[in-house]
Amino acid sequence: MSVLVYTESLKGKFKKNAFEVASYAHKVAQDLGTTVTAVSFNAEDDASLGTYGISKVLKVSDDSLTTFNAKAYADVLAQAVKGEDAKVIILSSSVDSKFLAPILTAKLTAGYVPNVVAAPESTSPFIVKRTAFSNKGFAMTEISSDIKVIGVSSNAFGVVENNVSASVEEYSPSLNDDAFAVKSVEVDRVVGKATIADADIVVSGGRGLKGPENWGMVEELADVLGAATACSKPVSDMGWRPHSEHVGQTGKPVASNLYIAIGISGAIQHLAGINASKVKVVINNDPEAPFFKAADYGIVGDAFEVVPELIEKLKEFKAQNA
Amino acid sequence: MKILVCISNVPDTTSKINFTEGDTQFDTNGVQFVINPNDEFGLTRAMWFKEKQGATVHVVNVGGVQTEPTIRKALAIGADEAIRVNAEPKDGFFVAQQLAKVVKKGEYDLIIAGRESIDYNGGMVPGILATLLDMNFVNTCIGLEIDGDTATAVREIDGGKEKISTSLPLVIGGQKGLVEESDLRIPNMRGIMMARKKALNVIEPVDATQPTQDQKFVKPAAKGPVKLVDAGNVGELVELLHNEAKVI
Repeated sequence: MSVLVYTESLKGKFKKNAFEVASYAHKVAQDLGTTVTAVSFNAEDDASLGTYGISKVLKVSDDSLTTFNAKAYADVLAQAVKGEDAKVIILSSSVDSKFLAPILTAKLTAGYVPNVVAAPESTSPFIVKRTAFSNKGFAMTEISSDIKVIGVSSNAFGVVENNVSASVEEYSPSLNDDAFAVKSVEVDRVVGKATIADADIVVSGGRGLKGPENWGMVEELADVLGAATACSKPVSDMGWRPHSEHVGQTGKPVASNLYIAIGISGAIQHLAGINASKVKVVINNDPEAPFFKAADYGIVGDAFEVVPELIEKLKEFKAQNA
Repeated sequence: MKILVCISNVPDTTSKINFTEGDTQFDTNGVQFVINPNDEFGLTRAMWFKEKQGATVHVVNVGGVQTEPTIRKALAIGADEAIRVNAEPKDGFFVAQQLAKVVKKGEYDLIIAGRESIDYNGGMVPGILATLLDMNFVNTCIGLEIDGDTATAVREIDGGKEKISTSLPLVIGGQKGLVEESDLRIPNMRGIMMARKKALNVIEPVDATQPTQDQKFVKPAAKGPVKLVDAGNVGELVELLHNEAKVI
């Protein structure tokens, strides 16, 4: 038996979450007294996974799998699970992993727990801690099936180095046309900009910014920090910013290391969506804004004065620490 | 076209979350229940297919009798018929197996569910359901057009969106974007009156596996008070984020 991980990559480069799931899998494998096998798709630097505790990489090189396809990828992983006699499968909580995991789960008649925030509390019985109620609580969930699928939250377990030497084997699973019945026609992805899912830092603006024309300073602040930009629900509902930036209970979830909220009052639905972030900063001119109760650091003040000043100070800081 | 919309009965988004019975159960005391928001976007899109393309729309919920007010609301919004599978929704795999039985019996072409429920956040029911039935599946769906047996969908991806081409029968994990917030419908009096006369068929569950079980719930640790920085001394925030929080 072994532990199997799906290591995500984009254009040949592993994503940060690939190293996170590898690190998590190494911990689980240690607890179970076994090793970790990774499955990679058209990735370039497979041997680098050894840094994070992967002993064996099943390297899939297939032009038909260049673009993510949930069903085809799940087919490949299911074959690898059988071939490796894997009992625990670890994925991330990215949009792609959450698309693929339920398909894999059904194929393997496995138990699947997403949004897992810590190493298993015990492996017999197998119990993991996950978020529930949109980050308003946690559940300790037991998985009792023979095969177990775990989706690890981003920025929760983190990236941990465990140097082993990774053997890389070419892996050619068999796929039939059925696997491609859901076809990607066109991918429209913002390039050269951090995404909310991957970013360590997210800078978010709310109604307090008064209008879309004032977003320049939000973007500049994000630029200085290498952060992704986001917004509150009213801002996306009014069309000031695209829906893809809406974070909160019905928008995208945020689990960044640092979340900076500018002109966002902090409605309970917004806080639920961003609560998994480690450090929260609020800038708001209303000292009674509920966000101040949820934040770690706060500035009561006019965003139009505070934010440009913050950008200047951060530039100075970067210059000194470059 | 025959559409089945799967709805979850969840605490209103503003609910305070508490646990009871030694932290093993969600405390429903004083909680207002609603149609899961992700499902409501899907239901509204289904109403569009009903009005523009003559589709029939059924709704289904797996739950006890206490979920019927939420099911009636879906009927008041305009669904034609409802089905309630009379079982506690123990876990995602269990619920998907119940729904698979309903879909097979009703011969639906399109099944619209939410990408996840806002209570247990499992996000697995539509994908497991599609796989059990060998149907096509698109998750985090933010746009859907049907023309005959052909479906064109838009899916949200990390950092953008993806256009997808597929065919019926199809299962959708939907969310905001399928329709806009402003398109959501509040049931009017006529809808509410009509909903009372519509069929709400209660069926008993099938035997099903339940591979996961929530053993205990924990509330997030109480947070310390916010550390306030003077608006005239923004540099201090940079210093705190670097030296104390260590995030920059």
